Amino acid sequence: MSINPMNSTPIRSETSGLKTDTLFLNMGPQHPSTHGVLRLGLTISGEVIVEAMPDIGYLHRGVEKLLETRTYAQGVVLADRLDYCSAMSNDLAFCLSVEKLLGAQVPKRAQVLRVIMAELNRIASHLIFFGTYGIDIGAFTPFLYAFREREMVLDLFEMCCGARLTYNYIRPGGVASDINADWIARCREFLDFFKPRLDEYDTLLSFNPIFLVRTQTVGIITPKTAVAWGLSGPNLRASGVNYDVRQAEPYCGYEQYDFTVALGKTGSCWDRYFCRVVEMRQSVRIVEQALSRLASGEIMAKLPKVLRLPAGEAYSHIEASRGDLGVYIVSDGGLAPYRLHFRAPCFINLAILQEILVGKKVADVIAVLGSLDIVLGEVDR
Amino acid sequence: MILDKYPAVLQAVPGGKILLTTTDDFINLGRKYSIWPLTFGLACCAIEMMAAYASRFDFDRLGVIPRPSPRQADLMIIAGTFVKKMAAPVREIYHQMPEPRFVIAMGSCANCGGPFHDAYSVVKGVDKVIPVDVYIPGCPPRPEALIYGVMELQKKIMRMKLAKGGGATLQAEKGSRDPAGGA
Ligand code: SF4
Repeated sequence: MSINPMNSTPIRSETSGLKTDTLFLNMGPQHPSTHGVLRLGLTISGEVIVEAMPDIGYLHRGVEKLLETRTYAQGVVLADRLDYCSAMSNDLAFCLSVEKLLGAQVPKRAQVLRVIMAELNRIASHLIFFGTYGIDIGAFTPFLYAFREREMVLDLFEMCCGARLTYNYIRPGGVASDINADWIARCREFLDFFKPRLDEYDTLLSFNPIFLVRTQTVGIITPKTAVAWGLSGPNLRASGVNYDVRQAEPYCGYEQYDFTVALGKTGSCWDRYFCRVVEMRQSVRIVEQALSRLASGEIMAKLPKVLRLPAGEAYSHIEASRGDLGVYIVSDGGLAPYRLHFRAPCFINLAILQEILVGKKVADVIAVLGSLDIVLGEVDR
Repeated sequence: MILDKYPAVLQAVPGGKILLTTTDDFINLGRKYSIWPLTFGLACCAIEMMAAYASRFDFDRLGVIPRPSPRQADLMIIAGTFVKKMAAPVREIYHQMPEPRFVIAMGSCANCGGPFHDAYSVVKGVDKVIPVDVYIPGCPPRPEALIYGVMELQKKIMRMKLAKGGGATLQAEKGSRDPAGGA
């Protein structure tokens, strides 16, 4: 007689005296879907996760300590390498803090240039997310499309500052180099090319039935939990909490731009994903507006060659691609900061994994982890 | 076509359709065009590594196809800052890869610590822990540079000899900066 597994009654541990046990499963630090070197210690009971513990530090480079030995001009270089997917935002946060303590006024044109670069970088960074999240869920093709467009943004960056990934473009007092008419034309060309591509992405991945099933009801974060864990960026807004530093505390003249903040409804993985796709559209709008209001003028404030910040402290924060990025500087009047701290959004966003993974299936771990879009460089610093 | 490209490797028997070659050259030729790297990124350089796999640079042309498991990989590209906490896992992963295995150190960080050379937590070069075949300078190196690095590795593979044990990294535990162990 053959046994039909569907009909057989499972062996109950109480009746047969068999003991079931939980299993500790190690995920990472080398794992194709941890986006770098994150280790997750999962305790599982069958397919269900009982406990999840992120273990970080595999990329701890001691940036905050190093910055105490670097001058402010050199500091930008290290700030670049924190969240390497959107280096412009890091530079911007760092420079805003330095300028705040210095009391420097940044010229108009430099401000607009900063907005353009930060938003283009947001597009480039969300494109990485779009591509890699597709791979995580099992769709390889979107990756190739996303990187095709990303290369175009990187070409623009290369044209204006010579680097593809670590720009060192935004400097205390302004920006390093000006853009020319050729650049503006190329940029417009890219924006025109990119807008229809976003619709293509929706058919390719956003509304793909398999993708929807794997993400739409998974990893739900309620607004209350999101706020309690201090989430920021698209992860927070996907839960429906309307907080965007660009609108809450505008910097670089963001109050003059017309854009809407993308909000999700349920806080599921799909909402977090879709928030980012919508943000790319909004970034395109902002860049278009910024290009049209670009007036000629200085790009660098008159600052001494060697920056010495007055003793004191300053904190400023911006809306980086992954959330609310803050830089806190304490100066004792010397050439280098006395202490410098980054409020890294990824580090804070990562912590919520401990709560939302519990009770989920093993197969959902990647979907949830990927949707938080962490960059380990910023988590470990 | 192969004959034009590898006159020294293969010789056609006159008038026939048979190619004669040495075992070494034959195996090396196969190895050279099927370098499967481990998908293993550490930091910023890993993003440029991903770009090299993607549309514009298309690593597949060289037979470079990423594999997620060290058991299936021939090449480990150390792309990023190599910190002390990561040293033990990297060593373990390296030993999980089957012989012959190759290592490319991509970027200043993997070469010597790069911009973090004076940090307390960073290892000054991955060659302190595992032997390295090719070093690629840059912070980050462009994808073209990574492709060039793989081409250099291909040249190195063509010099491999079965009689000597077959591995390019048979300078083994000595470390590739060791003058006596250099290949
Ligand atoms: S070499 Fe430069 S780009 Fe590469 S990991 Fe190090 S800091 Fe990042």
